[in-house]
Amino acid sequence: MSVAKNIGRRVVKRLGASVPALLGVVVFTFLLMRVLPGDPATFFASGPNAGQEEIDELRRQMGLDRPMYEQLARYLYDVATGHLGRSMTTGQPVLADLAQRLPASLELSFFALIIALALAIPLGIAAALKPNSLIDHAVRFVCTLGVCVPTFVSGLLLIYVFYYLLGLAPDPTGRIDIFAAQPPEITGFLLIDFLMVGDLAGWRAAFGQLILPAFTMALFVLAPLARMTRASLLAVLGSDFIRTARSVGMTGWRVVIVYALRNAMLPVLTIIGIVFSTMLGANVLVEKVFSWPGIGSYALDALLASDYAPVQGFVLLIAAIFVMVNLAIDVLYGIADPRVTVE
Amino acid sequence: MSSTLRHAGWVLRGNPVTAFAAAGTFLLVAVAVLAPWIAPYDPITSNVSNALKPPSAAHWAGTDQLGRDIFSRLLAATRLDLTIAAAAVSLSFVAGAVIGSFCGYVGGRLDRWVGRLVDVLMAFPLFVLAMALVAALGNRVENIIIATAIINLPFYIRFARAEVNVRRHAGWVEAARAGGDSHAAVVLRFLLPNILPAMAVQISLNLGWAILNAAGLSFLGLGVQAPTPEWGIMVAEGARFIGTGQWWLVAFPGLALMLAVLCFNLLGDGLRDILDPRMRT
Repeated sequence: MSVAKNIGRRVVKRLGASVPALLGVVVFTFLLMRVLPGDPATFFASGPNAGQEEIDELRRQMGLDRPMYEQLARYLYDVATGHLGRSMTTGQPVLADLAQRLPASLELSFFALIIALALAIPLGIAAALKPNSLIDHAVRFVCTLGVCVPTFVSGLLLIYVFYYLLGLAPDPTGRIDIFAAQPPEITGFLLIDFLMVGDLAGWRAAFGQLILPAFTMALFVLAPLARMTRASLLAVLGSDFIRTARSVGMTGWRVVIVYALRNAMLPVLTIIGIVFSTMLGANVLVEKVFSWPGIGSYALDALLASDYAPVQGFVLLIAAIFVMVNLAIDVLYGIADPRVTVE
Repeated sequence: MSSTLRHAGWVLRGNPVTAFAAAGTFLLVAVAVLAPWIAPYDPITSNVSNALKPPSAAHWAGTDQLGRDIFSRLLAATRLDLTIAAAAVSLSFVAGAVIGSFCGYVGGRLDRWVGRLVDVLMAFPLFVLAMALVAALGNRVENIIIATAIINLPFYIRFARAEVNVRRHAGWVEAARAGGDSHAAVVLRFLLPNILPAMAVQISLNLGWAILNAAGLSFLGLGVQAPTPEWGIMVAEGARFIGTGQWWLVAFPGLALMLAVLCFNLLGDGLRDILDPRMRT
């Protein structure tokens, strides 16, 4: 009971503390986008020889003829009421565009995180159990190389090996083969949707498209996860209660998995939060390489077309997800370690 | 000073990895300086009859879609990529160290407001912020440098602030004040030099990150423009040919990027060993 109350207090406190930063993000993004070169009114006028009246009319429609502070106030009001504006390139409201594309990015990021954890935690454990052994050096080597290869290079090389050389992966463009049956629209997460309607062939096709981009992303974040698991587990394994557990005759695996790992997971949780947030931002590169129809490629296209609203919406969305992820990590922290309380 | 050098020599002898990183960094800088003289071909001139040839004795890294020698382009790109990274990191280091130290020294309202600004910067996805900054400032190389410097800035401000904060009540700071030095002089002449060694590690680790960042931006088509040789652009141009099996267009610039980042990261780890007093036994 008191634990739940405690967590509730933490959530409220953290949400309150993040409001100024979020507000700062909105204002900063607004200012940044207003400095962008190119007058969007000219850009979206009917053609190169559009009359001055037409451009002026567009500027009036878009509110660009108002003073800066009035535009800002109006923008803040719109954001508060859930209106993120309209994308000039797709013609849709930004909120609808983002909602439609967010599942693609989230599915990719979640899947990549699962792959990364499934690789990093066993590697970290193996390295921590035998420090300075061959396996420890091998893990360190892999981690050191992992952070040095940019995602856009590793992604392209994976395409070369698994699509061109081995022919195992499908054509690396998008989430689904254009000739395949259209996926059901339930949650937007293709792997879940196909399972729900029981379409196993569709599920396998979607899985095939997902695996290379997810693996690319997982390789990039493997290093911090494995390193933190190793360091944290190494510290815990040296503590008194582990020595006691061993001395009363518990088997090695029971000590490591039940006693040591649970205590070692706290710093790893923090890193998972940071890694997930980094992935959402770094998505832009991976989505570009694999023509993935997520929010990152949406924002990039808008940015290159000097379309303000989608970029503002994207940055705002990512910042909001940052806050939510931190909050979730905080709650998990409270569950994993009841000693953690509000300072 | 000579004891530091001797210590560095001892670390390098006992640590072949750091020695490798130091040698690699030296090689990179040498290539950056000498590129125009050692490149076997002109990195810009195209020769379409010789396009998309795999690596051979004449073209060590093959040729690209316009028949340009990839090895020569890699050499020429080293200068641009290292310049961007070095300029961006020095900019954010100088600005961050000065702002951070004053915040840590003065404290109070200035510290709180700068802290809040840093929080706002950190709430952005940093790579996206860099993209938006380059687009807002204009698609030029200088702006890649500025954008990379700005997204690095929060780390330096926080680092310098924390390091100065623990030292500001130290005996030698009070001694400098009592000796008649102004606050600014105390920060610039005593506190800053004192935190420099710790920040040197950050600089080396940051150089690798800055190179990845700049290459990522130009891969997306922001910043450096074709036909300028640059590692990120070379990967972007080669990406069109990976599905048809011309791997050398992507693999060699990728390898160059990886080696550069690897050298700087390993050097940073080595510097930490040199500067960490617990290693000096």
